[in-house]
Amino acid sequence: MAAVLTRDIVKKFGEVPAVNGISLNIPDGEFMVLLGPSGCGKTTYLRIICGLEQQTSGDLLIGGNIVNELPPRARGVAMMFQSYGLYPHYTVRNNIAFPLKTQRVPRVEIDKKVEWASQLLGIKRLLDRKPRELSGGERQRVALARALVREPTALLLDEPLSNLDAKLRASARLEIKAFQQRVGLTTIYVTHDQVEAMGMGDRIAVIDGGRVRQVGTPTEIYDDPADRFVATFVGTPPMNILDQNGGAVGFRPENFLPKDMMEDQSFAEFNFRVDRSEYLGSERIVYGVVEGFDPKQIVTAKLPPAHVDEASIRPGEWHPFAVRNAALRYFDADGNRASRH
Amino acid sequence: MARITAKAVAQETSFYAAVVFFVVLAAFPFYWMLITSFKTNGDLYNVTNIPFWFNDPPTLDHFRYLFEKTLFTTWLLNSLIIGVVVTLITLVTALPAAYSLARMTGRNGEALGIGIFLTYLVPPTLLFLPLSRVIAMLGLQNSMWSLVVVYPTFTIPFCTWLLMGFFKSMPREIEEAAIVDGCSLFGAFVKMAIPLSVPGILTTVIFTFTLTLQEFVYALTFVSASDQKPITLGVATDLIRGDVFYWGEIMAGALIASIPVAIAYNLFLDRFISGITGGAVK
Amino acid sequence: MVAIADSVPKPISRFRFILDRRDVLGALFVAPAILYVLLLVGVPFLMAIYYSLSAYTIYNPEWTFVGLSNFVDILENPVFKTTLYNTFIFTFGSQMLGLVLGKFGALLLLRPFPGRKIVRALIILPWAVPVALATVAWQWMFDSLYSVINWTLIAAGLIDRANAPNWLGNPDLAMLSIIVVNGWRFFPFAIVIFLAGITAVPQDVIDAATVDGAGFWRRNYQIILPMILPIMTIGLVFGIVFTFTDLSIVFLMTNGGPVGATSVLGFAGFQTGIVSGDVSHGAAISLFMLPVLLVIVVVMLRFIRRREI
Repeated sequence: MAAVLTRDIVKKFGEVPAVNGISLNIPDGEFMVLLGPSGCGKTTYLRIICGLEQQTSGDLLIGGNIVNELPPRARGVAMMFQSYGLYPHYTVRNNIAFPLKTQRVPRVEIDKKVEWASQLLGIKRLLDRKPRELSGGERQRVALARALVREPTALLLDEPLSNLDAKLRASARLEIKAFQQRVGLTTIYVTHDQVEAMGMGDRIAVIDGGRVRQVGTPTEIYDDPADRFVATFVGTPPMNILDQNGGAVGFRPENFLPKDMMEDQSFAEFNFRVDRSEYLGSERIVYGVVEGFDPKQIVTAKLPPAHVDEASIRPGEWHPFAVRNAALRYFDADGNRASRH
Repeated sequence: MARITAKAVAQETSFYAAVVFFVVLAAFPFYWMLITSFKTNGDLYNVTNIPFWFNDPPTLDHFRYLFEKTLFTTWLLNSLIIGVVVTLITLVTALPAAYSLARMTGRNGEALGIGIFLTYLVPPTLLFLPLSRVIAMLGLQNSMWSLVVVYPTFTIPFCTWLLMGFFKSMPREIEEAAIVDGCSLFGAFVKMAIPLSVPGILTTVIFTFTLTLQEFVYALTFVSASDQKPITLGVATDLIRGDVFYWGEIMAGALIASIPVAIAYNLFLDRFISGITGGAVK
Repeated sequence: MVAIADSVPKPISRFRFILDRRDVLGALFVAPAILYVLLLVGVPFLMAIYYSLSAYTIYNPEWTFVGLSNFVDILENPVFKTTLYNTFIFTFGSQMLGLVLGKFGALLLLRPFPGRKIVRALIILPWAVPVALATVAWQWMFDSLYSVINWTLIAAGLIDRANAPNWLGNPDLAMLSIIVVNGWRFFPFAIVIFLAGITAVPQDVIDAATVDGAGFWRRNYQIILPMILPIMTIGLVFGIVFTFTDLSIVFLMTNGGPVGATSVLGFAGFQTGIVSGDVSHGAAISLFMLPVLLVIVVVMLRFIRRREI
């Protein structure tokens, strides 16, 4: 186990910088999620940490040592790929043993470690099968066992859940997180899915355009976004942002409620004309337009069950809505967070 | 009973008629080859006989003559040796080259790959003149080993291109996982890429072998000694005594020499096509 | 694993991880192939150019640079003009024949029917079997005395024995014969190429066209044909290159005759350079193939590039 530190990592493909100066400090044992849209550079950055790509400039330190020139096997990292990257022509046992064989660990040691890893992940009965005979969940566990077996400095995961269907994703998420907590491995997890990020990460680094927009705990990212991008990327439906006075003001849909639900707090009032509503069972999403702002900007409100009954908020009518002052977020002209003006 | 329209019947009939036409067109010469090799000379060289079937009972005379009185078995052996050695040389050269070109992304890899492939299109009828001098310099004139030296000039480009297609369609994840797990690049090539591309390698081996069997121009140019000839050259040019063509024997020899190639092509056609389209049509 | 130390960068030996260096390994892997090709294709190619520009025969081995006089010599030879003309006719004729047969054959093989596998195996034969052996079979079929074709024509009452066509002895018929044999060799390859191309066209595109009202011919010629043009072009490049430079068929069937009526460039190069030992003129003849080949390859590659979807 080791801490991972990057200083100003830049990676250019030709003239285009895919990674544009990322500095991150990931302490030993932390589950760090790299969250961002497709093409933002998060996967390239991960591959640089792994050693599959070479950075154009910047330093990478693992366990306090500079590893810029070293190939992956000398860095001691383990990686889990999107399709798990299991060796189709080897049995599960040989898949897990492979990293040890390349390090020329003695046979007896190998057998012990394979036992231990397969025991930890509950796949002992699968040891003599081939990958193609396994289910998706079983393959994931084999990939984890293989990653674990050499006691790596860090575990890197590249969108491992994107090939699973929605149902499996939730349980797979839990398994990975539980596994990491039990083993205490420094983990760097790349995803574009903010639900995964919020659910699994100790800290999240939101990345866009090759740069880190914000690093923080899920709570910090959600409640205290550093700029418009982070504010609108995390959260479903995304935060409402209304332009005003050169800057912008934002509030989350679940904080945008009918005025009669405000209990004696300081709040800002908005006149809200409902255009459309979606009934989702546990909540109702309402779309409309707020008076006094650009009529093309659609504003969403997430209404709790109490107001689920459609009759209470009728489309086409104006309703008084409000947001608690404490829930308002202000942004300046560049899109960064500003204090209330 | 369902209504069978006249139009449908006509369509079906013309369809099958067309199929029969194509089959006859393609296969008749081989039927002719087949039946000639089993007909007695008396039957063959008689203009009044109906040529499409046996008039005298079929005979194995031509085959016997072929194997006993000609150098046919020597030619078979020559072709076998040439095929095996050339295939080995080709695999050892083309396999790493194809892998390197398939994994080397970017302009350089592409350009080099296409460049290598274009050398396959350089015609033997252009190169045979200078090559005959090179062969003479090497002291290999009139020997079948001259062909072993020259054949890789077209088998290597062709196989590199074919294998490139196969390697490109292999996902990189497995080699990358091996590298992360501790292999060197070379180790990943040997332990992952090669075992997983065995179907592709097999196809390449078969096609290389058939390429060497089919070749005629270089064989004709470099080899005149009868006992050094590969099988195709031997059958086509050496079964003539004086001015007389021994058609029965020629057809028998052609038949034997054609069968393995035809079988190989049929079995591996689908793989071959995916190899071509994988590489050519991106 | 990596030794625990300070964060001062340690100089890593360049050779320790040499088998990991992508650039080193990449170059090493390609080297043997490139070497072989350079030595045995590149160098001979340059040698051929050199020969064509000098005076050299096996009987008078003195190298003298004579500039373009070899080319002038062969251009002034009327037989050469015939040879050049023959080569174009031969190539054009057999490619057309092969393409047309190939297109229709492919359409036939598209839909499954009982026995399709066997039919396909039989139709592949002309291409699968070595050129020389198939040619020899046709040679026997065209034989002046025992030709099975003539026998059939006579039996059908279309001609009588006295006027039976001498397929290989008559100049025009000889040209026709070699065109037929080469086209016959080429059409299974064309079928394979067409099939590969047509099956690569996504079914949704064809369905959309049907829904939009396109009938059989429009679907084929306005939708499918443009989409298979790239692969068709590649097939054509192969076909043209191998036909234009061919020697085997002419050598075996007609030996260039009668009286040079079927002499083509490849054959003429062989006759002059190898059989007659006149290396410089032989090389010059062979080099005539080059401009045409280059033009064809370049034009077609450009064509493909532009059409890449």
